[in-house]
Amino acid sequence: MNLHPQDFLLFVDVLRRESGLVLDPGQEYLLKSRLMPVADRHGVDNLEGIAREIRMGSPDMLRDVVEAMSTHETSFFRDLLPFRQLQDKVLPALMRTRDDKALRIWSAGCASGQEAYSLAMLLHDMGIAHQGWKYDILATDISHQVLEKAKAARYTAFEAQRGVPAPTLLRHFTRMDEQWAVKPHIRDAVKFRQLNLLDGAGHLGRFDLILCRNVLIYFDAATRLSVLSDLRSCLNRDGVLLLGAAETPPAEAAGLKLLDGVMGGYVRGGGE
Amino acid sequence: MMKTCLIVDDSSIVRRLASKLLEEIGFECTQAEDGQQALDACKVKMPDVMLLDWNMPVMNGIDCLKTLRAFPGGEDIKIIFCSTHSEMAQIQEALEAGADEYIMKPFDRDILKTKFRQVGVL
Ligand SMILES: C[S@@+](CC[C@H](N)C(=O)[O-])C[C@H]1O[C@@H](n2cnc3c(N)ncnc32)[C@H](O)[C@@H]1O
Repeated sequence: MNLHPQDFLLFVDVLRRESGLVLDPGQEYLLKSRLMPVADRHGVDNLEGIAREIRMGSPDMLRDVVEAMSTHETSFFRDLLPFRQLQDKVLPALMRTRDDKALRIWSAGCASGQEAYSLAMLLHDMGIAHQGWKYDILATDISHQVLEKAKAARYTAFEAQRGVPAPTLLRHFTRMDEQWAVKPHIRDAVKFRQLNLLDGAGHLGRFDLILCRNVLIYFDAATRLSVLSDLRSCLNRDGVLLLGAAETPPAEAAGLKLLDGVMGGYVRGGGE
Repeated sequence: MMKTCLIVDDSSIVRRLASKLLEEIGFECTQAEDGQQALDACKVKMPDVMLLDWNMPVMNGIDCLKTLRAFPGGEDIKIIFCSTHSEMAQIQEALEAGADEYIMKPFDRDILKTKFRQVGVL
């Protein structure tokens, strides 16, 4: 059965408004493959039924549609290089300028938590706590479902191996049944919280380091710019924003400039 | 020059799969069916990296690993264990015997890629 054009437009509108996701004409197949399980769960027959419930204002349906349409793909130490750069360049530079020996870090669009736990493992293994440093890692996502998984901190062997080196696995995970559980000393270093980046983030305060990788790429140009500007205003004066290496954001328009020698790294540009 | 990988596993299915995936990511692959065959192959030509199974007839992976590390030039080769054993104690044992990385079977292309990158041959 084909999707009515007005229903397709409803999904396009709702997704753009709720999560910033851009859906292009011709992506009906994506809607179908991702939303049919939602239809089943809610006991409606098809996408038309989903559209009807959204029009009637069902918040549960809306939430499930937004979740089902997002891409939550992630892995531990994803792309490797960014984490090496954090360890070798970004973190040492930040630590040189902070007399209070405190770092605030934010993983924005954290999906199932691998990025945030990778940061926690990195900081732990750098041993900076022994030098008197304190750090907070906040991790946020729009999706309740992925946050539940993130908080549970249990991963399949498949997920764990996609990024965690074997010695790190032995140090920071334990095996539980068929899964690998992040040990408490790493798990407790990360706080998870639900947050839609379209709603602004000023209330979170300022950060020394923000990772927002592979999130903006799903947004349209206007949304990308406004979220990027928000991220900028959450940066401490010399704080660093790290985007995915292949992303081409409107950095200058958002008041950011490239950080030399760090792929995907940005700092606040001139002006306030 | 293409990097070389010696795939050591008594299962021809695993050897074929690993070899296909590794060739796709740019390795030249050779194969051995047990630890002894692997050592013989290394005496002729040392590969850059070895994907090494644990349980095999004739000579198992751990014994092969220990013997190989004592060879001239055997310190330099990167060794990635690849086994169905997935207890922490077993992973520990392999690392202590001199493995650089450890893959729990089953694996896929992503996992191979990450592990090969982590040991620095990719
Ligand atoms: C592809 S994952 C990236 C995960 C991780 N940052 C990484 O690079 O591996 C993108 C995540 O962004 C989240 N996301 C999408 N739109 C969002 C929004 N408007 N606000 C907050 N998170 C959002 C999705 O739920 C998803 O978990």
